[in-house]
Order: sequence, then C-alpha cells, then structure tokens
Amino acid sequence: MQTLDPSDLQAIWLTLKLASVVTLLLLFIATPLAWWLAHSRKWYKGIVSAMVALPLVLPPTVLGFYLLLLMGPQGLVGELTSALHLGRLPFSFAGLVIGSVLFSMPFAVQPIQNAFEAIGKRPLEVAATLRANAWDRFVSVALPLARPGFLTAIILAFAHTVGEFGVVLMLGGNIPGETRVLSVAIYNHVEAMEYAPAHLLAGGMVLFSFIVLLSLYLTGGKVWRVTR
Amino acid sequence: MSEGSLGKIQANFTLQLDSFALNAAFSAPAIGVTALFGPSGSGKTTLLRCIAGLERATGTLQVNGETWQDATTIVATHKRPLGYVFQEASLFPHLSVRANLEYGYKRIAATERKVQLEQVVEWLGLSQLIDRCDPALLSGGERQRVAIGRALLTSPRILLMDEPLSALDTNSKQEILPYLERLHRELEIPVFYVSHALDEVARLADHLVLLEHGRVIASGALHETLARLDLPTAHFDDAGAVIEAAVARHDDPYHLTRLDFSGASLWVGKLDQPMGTRVRARVLARDVSIATVMPRDSSITNILDGVINEIRDEGPDKVIVRITIGQSQALLSRITRRSRDQLSLVVGMTVFVQVKSVALMS
Repeated sequence: MQTLDPSDLQAIWLTLKLASVVTLLLLFIATPLAWWLAHSRKWYKGIVSAMVALPLVLPPTVLGFYLLLLMGPQGLVGELTSALHLGRLPFSFAGLVIGSVLFSMPFAVQPIQNAFEAIGKRPLEVAATLRANAWDRFVSVALPLARPGFLTAIILAFAHTVGEFGVVLMLGGNIPGETRVLSVAIYNHVEAMEYAPAHLLAGGMVLFSFIVLLSLYLTGGKVWRVTR
Repeated sequence: MSEGSLGKIQANFTLQLDSFALNAAFSAPAIGVTALFGPSGSGKTTLLRCIAGLERATGTLQVNGETWQDATTIVATHKRPLGYVFQEASLFPHLSVRANLEYGYKRIAATERKVQLEQVVEWLGLSQLIDRCDPALLSGGERQRVAIGRALLTSPRILLMDEPLSALDTNSKQEILPYLERLHRELEIPVFYVSHALDEVARLADHLVLLEHGRVIASGALHETLARLDLPTAHFDDAGAVIEAAVARHDDPYHLTRLDFSGASLWVGKLDQPMGTRVRARVLARDVSIATVMPRDSSITNILDGVINEIRDEGPDKVIVRITIGQSQALLSRITRRSRDQLSLVVGMTVFVQVKSVALMS
C-alpha cells in the first residue's frame, strides 16, 4: 500500500488552509458586494458584475500573470507593500490568498447575489414596517432567507480554491510548506514519473470534488449561473 | 406646524414614477377607518406606501400632531409607529407563526407595548395557529389574520391595510371580515384601508378618500361622500347610501326589527341585538323606487317620505336621484328617465320612496 510522504501531507494541509482562509475572506467581501449588486440601480453595476465574472472566462495564467506584475517589485501593489515593510507578495502564502480570492470571487458572489435577488423587496419592507432598522433587516430577514445561497457559495469557493492550479503556479511557484498546494504537488509527481503518489492525490481530489458536488445537489442548492 | 394636525392625518404627496404620477393631498380624521378607494391604477397603494415611507415621494405628512415628512426630513419607515398589512400576508417563511407574531413586538420598547400577544390571539382567533411551525401550511385567510396580528403587536398609532382581502377567496373573506369589524369597534387605532370593492368600503369605512389617476377627487365622511352624485361612486352598479341606525323595536310575532335613524325608520329581518345597538345598513340605489303619492296597497314594508335634493342623468335611459330623509339622511334611487318625466320629478319635491331591500353591514 502506497503511503503519502510528509511533503504530500504538507501540501494537503496547505491546500486546506488556503481554501479555508480564502472562503472566509470571500464571505466578508462577497456578501456586501452581492448585496450591492442585487439592489443597486447604478449605471456602473454592469461593469462591476462583468469584472467579478471575469475569472470565469479568463485562463488562470492570465490572471496570475497580471497579479504577478502588480505585486512584483515594480508593480503598484508591490511598491506599496515594500514601502510598508510588509515584504513581497509573490511566492508567499499571502500572495496565494490574494490571487485565490480574486479567482474564486464569482463562485462566491453569484450564488449569494441570486439568493438576495430571489428574496425581493417585500420581506424587507415588511420588516421595516415592524420597526427593524436596515442592519436588523439584513441580519434577521435577508441572511436567513439567503441561507441556501450562502451554502452554495461556501462550498463552491472552497472547492474551487482547492482545485486551483494556474494562478498558484504563476504567482506562488512551488515552495514546500509555503505555496506548494495539492494541484502543484500532483504536477511535480507526474513530472518526476512518480505515478503512484500522483494517483493517490489525484484520486483523492476526484473523490473530494464528487462529494462536494453531490452534497450541493442533495441539499438542493443551485449551482452558480455563468451568465446573467 | 404640526399642531394643526392634531386629531387628523394630513398628507400632500407628489411622486413621479415611470408611467404614473401621484399628486395627492387630503386630510382625514385620526379616528375610525379611512378608505382609500378608487379603480386599479388610481394610486391607492402608492399613496398608502407614501404614508408608510416605503415610497419616497416629495411632500408633507402629519399624523395626529407628529410630522413624519416635510421639506427637510423624512422619518424612516422603521421609526414610524405604524402597522402595515400587505395584500399578500408576507409572513416570514423562515420563522414560526409565533416568531412572526413577535417579530415587531420584540422591537418596540417594553413601555410602548400596549397590545399584548394574548389579546391579539383572542381577537383574531389565533389560538389554534400560534404553535404551528411553518406559516406556509396556513390557509390564505389564516395567514392574513396572523399578518394583521403581527402588525397590531407593534402597538401602532395608525394601521395601514393594503387590500388585505383581495388575495383571498370569498370564504376566507367572509371569515376575516368579522375580525376586521371587531378591530374597528374595539381598537382606538385609526385605520387606512385600501380597497377597490365598494361593498367592503361601505361595510368598514367611516371616512372616504376617493382617488382617480393619482389625484384625490373627494375626501369626506363615508355616508356623505357615497351620497354625492357628482362622484363616480354614485354611478356604480352597486351605488347606494349608508345608514347608521339604532335598534329601536322588535316585532317578535312577525320576526322583524325596527331601525331608527335621522327621524325615520326601516323594518328589517329580526336582529338578535339589544335596543340601542348601533348598526350600519346599506340601501342600494337600484332597490329604491319613487312614488309621488303614498302607496296604499303595497307589499313593501319600508316606505319613507323625503325631499328630492338632486337629480343627475346617468346614461341615455337612467337618472340617479338623491332624496333627503328626515333631518340629514340621504338615500339614492336609480330610476328610468321616462319615470322621472312621467312623475315630473324636480328638486324640492316631496316624494315617497319604497325601499325593497336593506343590507345589514354589521
């Protein structure tokens, strides 16, 4: 029986850590963004929607390439982080988190936005006539009614981050314990013709993804819509 | 500025929507039921939403001495002490029936809680429903009763109801009307009631605000406004006068009850009510005929004498006539133009009216 070596376990652990951090961050970013997209009538709403959806159609390498330039020593963000003595972002865990957040953004925003839109104005108006202020209405009415959307968003964002490869490779490279996630580890094994551990990791990924999607369909959550 | 509106609700709204303009001003007493009445598309619901602050119109609104909106400030909906009942019950699907009822109650200060849960459960007959978990399992009428209870539990100083019966079938309507009448009698909260059904309005309202194309075309006491021949309500098929009467006598052998009003009286089928009970009755214009001499040998029990007050043409064949009975009560009568000419009916003439049918409203 083939077992995983410590570096593979490290990659699994790093992947789970990355996906958890990214999912948590996405919830905080995607919720207000989805709320705004669901309720705003501003003319630039379409532009924001398109930007959020961009990672759905772009090759991950394109996104990774621009992020690398932006966060590099000559990039705008790179200059800022070095001026603030935060160190460099590319080839670091923090850089991976930023890249993954952007890359998985549509998978979190769209289900939540759909859920908010499905609620409509009425329940919130009812709550307003029952003395609930805007924050109270959001917490006591909008959030519970949008729960299926949040569930879908969490599962999709987590799973999508786990399965990410292109952005990681462009932005984070292959540093064990820092940026070498599962998908990269599989790639390494295949490059080195180590098919046994590659099988183990890849098979695990297939199983994981299937379970995630199955739970999604069984709970009745709707998978995201790609176009609006 | 707001001092002048004590005991009144004064509104003046202007709102331009895509396909519709509201330009409504009225003053109504802050007591009893005020019906906002008009055909669909006349702006009744929009006006009600403006009163609640759900629609942002420009204008002013004073409610019983309090300013809810003027040129500089708009009080947010959740800060207005109002209750709102929507057309569809709109219960929160994620909350139990009890949690729905308590939603607003929990959000007002303990000292403001004048209406208690037990009272509302008793008034609206909710004891069988309150421990149901899923509001989706209630019938339409039950849901609407819970929604009314939920609004009342915020101890509102005004209750706004947007056609609360229109989404219900006839049975559910009949089930809920007695509760509305009871609220009318027992609660001292002014109610604004949007409706496009004249019989509902005649049954429940005390004051009428008539809307057409986003404008208020009349505002006044119900019985006066419904008796005005210059308004569209007088030309409805079910146009008629509303009478506030008191039970005055019972004729037990014949199973009849006499109702007195304005120095006149009408006999109706036996009412099991004590003497002096106030009842509201409606006499439709099509059920009233006119004679110039006292009909001697008629099977019609109710023959009253009155004075013709106004006559108005209504289409090529009909006229509508207003007759004053006693001191102040008006009755409407719809007759043919030929009858008017054959009887030579003119304003100021004393006539006898035969009332074929009286509908008791409460």
